[in-house]
Amino acid sequence: MTPVLLYALTGLGLFSLGLYALIVHAHLLRKILALNVMGSGVFLVLGGLARRVPQGAPDPVPQAMVITGIVVAVAATALALVLMLRVRAATGRTVLPDRQSD
Amino acid sequence: MEQTTIALTWGVVLILLPLAGAMLAFLFRRVATLIGIGTAVATSFTAVALARAVIMDGTLHHAVGGWGAPLGIDLRADGLSVLMLLMTAAVGLAISLYAPAYFRDESRKAEQFWPLWLFLWTGLNALFLSADIFNLYVTLELLGLAAVALTALPGRADALTGAMRYLLATLLGSLLYLLGVALLYHGFGSVDIAILAVRVEPSPVVWAALGLMSTGLLLKTALFPLHFWLPPAHASAPAPVSALLSALVVKASFYILLRLWLEIFGTLGEGVDTLFGLLGAVAILWGSLQALRQTRLKLLIAYSTVAQLGYLFLAFPLAVTAGATAWSAVAYLALSHALAKAAMFLAAGNLLRFGGHDRIADLDRVVQRLPLTTGAFALAGVSIMGLPPSGGFIGKWLLLETALAQGRWGLAAVMILGGLLAAGYIFKVLGHAFTEAPETHEPIEVPASMEWAALLLAMGAVLLGFLAVPALSLIGIGDPFGASEVMP
Repeated sequence: MTPVLLYALTGLGLFSLGLYALIVHAHLLRKILALNVMGSGVFLVLGGLARRVPQGAPDPVPQAMVITGIVVAVAATALALVLMLRVRAATGRTVLPDRQSD
Repeated sequence: MEQTTIALTWGVVLILLPLAGAMLAFLFRRVATLIGIGTAVATSFTAVALARAVIMDGTLHHAVGGWGAPLGIDLRADGLSVLMLLMTAAVGLAISLYAPAYFRDESRKAEQFWPLWLFLWTGLNALFLSADIFNLYVTLELLGLAAVALTALPGRADALTGAMRYLLATLLGSLLYLLGVALLYHGFGSVDIAILAVRVEPSPVVWAALGLMSTGLLLKTALFPLHFWLPPAHASAPAPVSALLSALVVKASFYILLRLWLEIFGTLGEGVDTLFGLLGAVAILWGSLQALRQTRLKLLIAYSTVAQLGYLFLAFPLAVTAGATAWSAVAYLALSHALAKAAMFLAAGNLLRFGGHDRIADLDRVVQRLPLTTGAFALAGVSIMGLPPSGGFIGKWLLLETALAQGRWGLAAVMILGGLLAAGYIFKVLGHAFTEAPETHEPIEVPASMEWAALLLAMGAVLLGFLAVPALSLIGIGDPFGASEVMP
């Protein structure tokens, strides 16, 4: 197993793990963390696959994309956390209601 | 590409102008409304100027910072982008006319609305002008975050939970899309759509990317069965925000899917087109039936959006043999749905203001007391149902004609049934508008600008039926659909 494949598979593993957690956990903080784990998985795939030719130098473009992605993830997480606190203040609970009342 | 680097100046202005407006509106809160309206008018003029330039010179390219693909970021404007930009400008202008009166008594809400709406507009314009898949990811996120913040604006429990659900769905969609970008970049060494279109070839990497990116974008476009987040978010947001979300934001992710399909995946996704068509057909029937069941006006309109989005996906199986006609029909449907649905949500906002509720059964003789608003709702309904001479009619007629020509009776039947169901839920509302409600109430006066904004949008949706020839030739500029046949 080459290191490149190892990184890529670890990334995909993190992504799947995060997706599983996002679906099964009801608590909003866990859902937000799950999304962050998924994001880390994608970044690992991006960074890991940057070495496109086994002996060549790594490609810098995916690194730039990862940095942009991290900025976006930080902003999204901040918004999600603020929203979670507001949901808690308004409903007294940190989970989403099962079905919206029609 | 180098010989066509006519500076896409208007396009750059189109992104920078609302961005600057948003930041100024955030800094100078007292005059946020003034800044907002000024920016909206200037941005709309810029969109028209860009459309003129594209009509004169054809597709425009611009390399940001002079770098150019494959290293830099490219902007591109062809007929399809210009149509989407004009749609954004038309709906955006009407909403900017509507919002000051809507937020008149809530100055804090107005101060929060304008920067977020202008950020949303920035994201939309940047998205429609982007020519690389990573830049599209960034614009999708800009758009998603601004849209979620706008949904949460009322601060009530239902709006906050709706916004939270929306945020989780939109972030998941973006991550699926980004993983697809990573795979495509690894496989073919570029994120530029034009370069990828040349390099891409059938391989497991492409199929995985197609699956991930389509799922992410379908989630954001709310195609059945991934529509669960749309009705609560769109129904609990303030009226101008609901209009923005239903008219523009869901169209943005559909636009990306369409672009990827046309240029990268179209020839590789055999079988996927049938799946999209099937989901679209189910979305039409399911969304319409749900709309018919609703007792609240805004939820009814939100489910109608789920149904109408289904029509856009019927074109995927039809386009296999009749590409240009089916895609033009879809672009036309997207445009007329944007105008009509924005008009409907604004009209619903007026009724909500007027009666203090949006229970359909308790609409009390609004046809005599709010004739302009009821007229706007009815005219928008004409386009949603697909009756002539509206824009919705042209789009649905083109789709129906293609389906019949190909002998796809099932799809044709779904289109007609969807139209009948739409008539059902629109007349349900109009019926209650004419009659006296069991409980009468003191009406609250609705400002004229709110009524006129809704009516102008609805009239636009109907007038589109008369503009078919120029609009269809505009879509064809730069040959976005790879058309080999001549437009009707």
